[in-house]
Amino acid sequence: MEIPRHWRLKKQRYALVGEICPHCQGKIFPPRDVCPHCGGEAKEPYAFSGHGKVYSYTVVADPPAGFERNAPYAVALVQLDEGPMVTAQLTDLGGEKVEIGMPVEMVTRKIRSDGDERGMLVYGYKFRPVGLGIAK
Amino acid sequence: MTDVVVSGIGMVTPGEHWDLSLRSLAAKSILAALKDVPTLKPDAIYIGNFLGSTLSRQANLGALLTDDVGLGGIEGLTVEAAEASAAGAFRLAYLAIQSGYVQTALVVGVEKFTDVVGNQAESAVAEALDYDYENISGLTVAGVAALLMQRYLHEYKVPRESFGAFACLAQSNAATNPYAYFRKPLKMEAYRDAPMVCDPLNLYDAAPMLDGAAALLLTRADALEGKLDHPLVKVTGSAVSVDALSLHDRPDPLAFHAAADSLNSACHQAGMMPGDADFFELTDSFSIYAALTLEAVGLAPRGQACRMAEAGEFARAGRMPISTLGGMKGRGNPFGAGGAYQLAEAVLQLRGQAGDGQVKDARRALVQSLGGPAGTAITHVLERA
Repeated sequence: MEIPRHWRLKKQRYALVGEICPHCQGKIFPPRDVCPHCGGEAKEPYAFSGHGKVYSYTVVADPPAGFERNAPYAVALVQLDEGPMVTAQLTDLGGEKVEIGMPVEMVTRKIRSDGDERGMLVYGYKFRPVGLGIAK
Repeated sequence: MTDVVVSGIGMVTPGEHWDLSLRSLAAKSILAALKDVPTLKPDAIYIGNFLGSTLSRQANLGALLTDDVGLGGIEGLTVEAAEASAAGAFRLAYLAIQSGYVQTALVVGVEKFTDVVGNQAESAVAEALDYDYENISGLTVAGVAALLMQRYLHEYKVPRESFGAFACLAQSNAATNPYAYFRKPLKMEAYRDAPMVCDPLNLYDAAPMLDGAAALLLTRADALEGKLDHPLVKVTGSAVSVDALSLHDRPDPLAFHAAADSLNSACHQAGMMPGDADFFELTDSFSIYAALTLEAVGLAPRGQACRMAEAGEFARAGRMPISTLGGMKGRGNPFGAGGAYQLAEAVLQLRGQAGDGQVKDARRALVQSLGGPAGTAITHVLERA
């Protein structure tokens, strides 16, 4: 696995840090080099609240390499309260049925392992139904 | 402008070709296309390939393939645009001939898919997504299609089974195509009972992932000597449009903007409206992509594509035939090579050589290849010369 590649993204993965555009105040996640709203250069970090709603979801039965242990797992497009959309796994669902519009919140979880190689683990954001944990 | 014509085509039936390497697959299609027009010698070869570096550990295909087929010394380059790679190579050939620097160009789409098994292949095709922000959540290519399908079902309240109309249409068209992987029609009951791949997307909503190669020989119309034993097909429109790579970066993921933009540009060049085409070879690697494409380009109102498919409007004898020789779903999906099959199939139709699969009086074709969920869209207009 490419260690610097995952290390580089630690702020995004662990704390949902995106950007706020200094020119138009647009909130951006994932971070970009140029603001999609006004075309200005985007540089100012902005931590998202981690709250949002499910825009769409699916259950992946045939996982790519590195995700075998979790399969089947739910992946969703989550519309954050601040506006941007993020692609993430859903977790802690128990028996709960996922629905479009369902409120969810970010948690940090193990995302994948490199299995065969150095035993490196990648942690990052997943989303769970609101109202499950002490974070509420 | 110079008239650019497609003078020769060659195809290998998509399949699990364990006995054929990447280079031999390509060579079979190239030699067939050259045999179609024995008087022409290409000055350049443009290759459409998506997964060679990952699945075959092979890059630099220009040098590899020209040498293998005895065309060493001519220009050779690879174009990569995920599943739209071969359509990109076709566009490059069209531009090269239009520019006057190249007189005759060979386009070959090639994909060697079956050398690996299981989730290595799944990971490889997922390279079409955003690795940092989609793949890291375990999303797959089928998963992307499923996210779109789930949202579509929610917004338009259509029954999930109605997508079966696209799968059944494709396989029934494929049954007449000797170069198709599936040669049997699909029954609606079988579609309904198929296992889920990525809920709500089932096994028959997804095209089979296969090896394949197809080639086309393009040339300046005035470079052809003597009479060929088949009609010529002219390229009258060619356009590429792109959208944000990821669904999460699009304000309305159900709007395939790039599909609409590239199709409109290509139609504008050809001096026609989309509805003027006699048939439309679109990207139906997932049934939801066929629906979203038809709706984006205005051939179906939003939320209505499945209902229109059920009513037979996109069948071979319908108002706007699609996937006339089976599409990705029925002929098979050889990824980066797919566009070359779509274009070669359109040429067969326009020549009147499609046999039992012939679209009556076909004179004008729209051919569109999507890379990912219309992150890249490449459209060509072909016409009987």
